Order: sequence, then structure tokens, then C-alpha cells
Amino acid sequence: MALVAKENTGLRLAARYAVLVLVALVFAFPLVFMVISSLKPDLQLLQDTGSLRAFLPVGDISLDNYFAAFERAPIGRFMLNSVIVTVVTVVLSIVICSVAAFSFAFLNWRGRGVILSIILATLIIPFETIAIPLLLEVSRLPWLGVEGIEWGWLNTYRVQIIPWIVDALTIFLFVQYFKDLPKELIEAARAEGASWFQVYHKIVMPLSGPVLATAAILKSLKMYNEQYLWPLIVVQDEAHRPIMVGLGYFFQLDVAWGELMAYLTLISVPVLVFYLILQRAFIASIASTGVKG
Amino acid sequence: MASKLTTSNRAGWGFALPGFALIATFIILPFFLAFLFSLTNQRLISPNPTEFIGLKNYRDLLSVAVLTIEPERDAAGEIVRDDAGEIQYPRVRTITRSGDFPQYKGMREWFRWQSGDDAKVVIAKDVVFMKALRNTLIFVLFIVPLQGGGALLLALLINQKLRGINIFRTVYFMPVVISIVVVSLLWRFIYDGNDGLLNNILNALSFGLFEPVDWLGNTDTALGSIIAMSAWQAVGFHMVIWLSGLQTISPTFYEVAAIEGASKWQTFRFVTWPGLRNTAVLVLIVITMQAFALFAQIDVMTNGGPLDATQTLVFQTVERGYGKQDISGGSTISVILFLIVLAISLVQRYLTRERD
Repeated sequence: MALVAKENTGLRLAARYAVLVLVALVFAFPLVFMVISSLKPDLQLLQDTGSLRAFLPVGDISLDNYFAAFERAPIGRFMLNSVIVTVVTVVLSIVICSVAAFSFAFLNWRGRGVILSIILATLIIPFETIAIPLLLEVSRLPWLGVEGIEWGWLNTYRVQIIPWIVDALTIFLFVQYFKDLPKELIEAARAEGASWFQVYHKIVMPLSGPVLATAAILKSLKMYNEQYLWPLIVVQDEAHRPIMVGLGYFFQLDVAWGELMAYLTLISVPVLVFYLILQRAFIASIASTGVKG
Repeated sequence: MASKLTTSNRAGWGFALPGFALIATFIILPFFLAFLFSLTNQRLISPNPTEFIGLKNYRDLLSVAVLTIEPERDAAGEIVRDDAGEIQYPRVRTITRSGDFPQYKGMREWFRWQSGDDAKVVIAKDVVFMKALRNTLIFVLFIVPLQGGGALLLALLINQKLRGINIFRTVYFMPVVISIVVVSLLWRFIYDGNDGLLNNILNALSFGLFEPVDWLGNTDTALGSIIAMSAWQAVGFHMVIWLSGLQTISPTFYEVAAIEGASKWQTFRFVTWPGLRNTAVLVLIVITMQAFALFAQIDVMTNGGPLDATQTLVFQTVERGYGKQDISGGSTISVILFLIVLAISLVQRYLTRERD
């Protein structure tokens, strides 16, 4: 009897793992295929798609595609642009959003409720529905440069950074987190004569590790991975073009699949590595967007 | 209780102002500009001053009419048929270009069907827009259950207590951290009609019986292929949200269900699902909003083709507003898109509201 039961659970366990593995293959195979393909010359690459060899690093394996990709497109420049835009936006976003949320969560001031409601109401506006009027707006905005006032933000870093610094979700995440911090702590500090800036800097920020990580991860993914439509319409020059928009180079005349796969691997690996190292924080940050909604 | 210690209008405004100013300038202002531009003939660059033209942009996009066309008849009054026996109709052009019907001027055929001997022809002023609207709605209609339901299944699968389960969670989530642009290009290769991986896999699995399909080049399969790929990429995102919902359900409920002898389905139906209500509302609304924004996949994979089979509203917004520098045209589609998204999320909220 006992033996039968044990066998049964053993089988069930095997079945469960079989399902898990099968599903895992569906998600992993295309990515494995991408990396493996980036190592093969085009001719072999196309032959191999017909068999399991497509997923194995066999045959004529080399990094030639990577060298060729670098020759074809200014990948270093694009990468640098993406990193600059991402880092600057993330830092500014965290500072400005957390300061605003600090005000909404801890201070009492006239208009607080209304302003917060207006900010949260913008959650319903998809960026795609304001991209075109915003294009016209930024094409006519002023900027104080070294040579005085200049007009128009097109083809710059600032046009890729400034509109993306603040978003309602980031402010919301900070407000939610701050509301769970003990209010007495803040009042005690105030009673002892701490300035508001000191309270923010010395008390609230040191307690905010998790929400800072969440905000930074979400914003980084947004800026590095998901910026496509906006830079496509506001950046025409190569000097400021980010990595995701630089793909056009691989579609001149006919497609160089091997080089393209090398390029895709190259721009995805940094994020994948970050994800694998920090996966708990990544998954927690996505999950936190679902809390309460 | 508003304590004196925490009341400060100056500090409060001061801290909130930078954030609010940026939102006002880069979200709220362009939002209202979209409405404003949609009533004008605004262009990105133009030597002529912008004019207010009322609702003309909306009429140009939304005008639709149904024509009933009678068959051609010969001198004897008999219906004219071609060699295959198909009834012959006068061309739609003869109506839309004739001076007798000024209300149909400039409209083109969108689709038609037959009713008795007559043909019913739906004509639209902007057929491409209509196709974009239709495709976007189809995309939303399919992606919501596919992605939301698929994500829930994955979450239930991952929510088991098994050794190594975290490895599987890590793998299922992996496509989420890959850019949709990268994913689209990768799948363009997978979907390729000649050397594509998908055709080769299907061919091998069916022992050579499967006929290769040009997945993205065929009007019947292009949109479906993009739907499948989009679900593949984002399903891990919603899996994580479902998972966090699952973990808020108290284990006591499951113990009670077990003691009561509830079946697996009963446990899901009466314990798990009610506990996921709020999560379900969120997942539904988030997927819907993301789905209406469909753009990168189209731009990278099909450019709206073949034969407009994958045109979408956002793609048209960009093509007109940026490609043709027609800010007013792009803004008008944006406003229509926003109103659709708003209406649908209000309906979703109403349908999923808390009932006392």
C-alpha cells in the first residue's frame, strides 16, 4: 500500500516537473536561439534552423558577427547615449518624485489633496496619446544654452530625459511606501528642530531602500528597454540616438541575420545580467506595481 | 489630525512643485493640446497660420456609410453575371465620384457583403483608419484573455511548493526584461517564411507535412503572429502580479477547504478566485491600456502591412503626426484613442465594482 502511494506521488511529481520544464522551454528557447545564432555565420545559421542544432553552439562558432556588427553601426555611441539618458533620468526621477511624495505623505498644506488627485489622474493617459502634441511642444520649447536662449529641443539628450523624469506611478509608489512609515518619527524630529530637508534626508531616505530599488528598476527598464516611439520621432541625428532605435542599420538591402542576432544579444545581455543578479528586487518591483492598484 | 509640526504651506508646495510642474508641462499640457490641435489644421512646420476648422478632422476619420447597390442588368432586365456566375455590380466609384451624391464624396470601399441580389457596401472616408481601429480592437480582444489567463495559469503553476520552483519563475519572467524591440526582431527571424525557426519546427514535428507559412507576410496570419509574440513577451509580467495576489490569500482558507473536502476546482472557484478580485481588475485594466498602445511590434515587424492587415491606431498616429508632419491628424486619432481607453476602463471598473 505504502509503496503504491509513494510511487504515485513520485509519478505526480515527475509530471509536475515535466509541465514546468516544458513551459520553461517555451520561454527560454527563443532567447537561447538568439544567443546561439549570434555565434554562427549566416549560411550555417540558416541551415541549422531545420534541426536541434539551432539551439546548440556547434559548427563554425566565432565572434565574427559581433565584430561585423560594430563595423556596421556605431554601437558604442548608441550604447553610450542610452546609458546617459537612462542614468540621468533615473537619478533625477528618484530625487524629484521622492521629494514630491514626501510632501504628499508627511506635510499638510493647502491644495495637497487636489494636486495629488490631478497627478494620479494622469495614470489614465497613455503616453502614446500625447506623443504627437508633445512632439510639437518640444520642437518649440526654449533652452538656455551657453550661447544664450535657443529654441527647440529636437535632437538632444534633454528631450529624451526631461519629459520622462516624473510619472504618476513613481510618485504613487513613494507615497504608498511613506504612508507606512511611523509618523511619530517625523514629528519627533520636527519637535527637536530638524528642518524638512533634514527629515527627508536623514530619516526618510535611509528607511526607503526597498522603494528606491523598485523605482530605480522600473525606471531603468522603461528608459533603456522601452524607449522606442519617443526617440524615433524626436531624435534624427546619430549623435543622440539610443540603442533601440539604432536597429535600422541591420536592414539595409537584405537582412544580415547573424549580425542582427549579435546586436540583439549585445544590447540585451546587460539587462539580463542585472536581472539574474537582482532577480528578487526585479520581481518585487513588478509585484509592487500591483499592490492596491 | 493635522499637527502644527507638519503643517507648512511653503515647504509643502516647495517640495511638490518640481514634480508637479514636470507632470503639468509634459503630460497635462500635451493632453489638452491634443484636443486643441484636433480642432485645427496644425502642422509641425508650416508657412501658413493655423486655422480653427471645427470637427472636420473627426468627420474625415469617422465618416462611414452603407450603400445598397443593385446588380447590373442587361437590356432585358436580366442580372448580369460573369463567367463564374458571380453577379456583376456597378463600381462603387460611380457613386462616390458622382455629383449626385455629394455626401459620399471622397469615400472608398471598406468591405462588402451580399444581401439577396443586392450588394451592401460599407464605404468610409478613411479606410486605413478604420482598419487600424478594427485591428487594434481585435488585438485587445485577443490579448486580454490570452495574456491575463495565461499569466494566471503560470502563476498557479509557480505557486506550488516544489524544490527549484524559483528557477522556473526566473525563466518565465525572463522575456519581460528583454526589450519589445529586441523581441520583435528576434521573432521576425523566427516567423520568417523561408528560413524561419517556427516553420522548420512545425515541419519537423509533422514529419514534413506542414507547408511553410510566411507568418508576417500573410494577411490571415500577420496580426495573430504579433498577438502570440506579444503575449509571450509580457505574460511573465502579469504572472508576477497574479502571484503577489495569490500570496495575499490566507492559508487558513485553504486549510478549511481541505477539511471540508473541497475538490481542486472548488477550492479555486470559492477560495482562490474571490481572493484575486482586486488583482484581476488591475491585470485587466493594465493589459487593456498596454494593448491599445500597440506600436513597436508593428513598426519593427510589419510596418502596418501586408495590405494594412496590421495597421493600428498608434501606428497611424505616428505615421500622420510624425511621418506626414500632420500634427492635427495625429492628435485627432490620439483623442479618439484616449476616449476609447477611458470608456473601456470606466466600463471595466463598473463591471468589476465591489458589490455590497
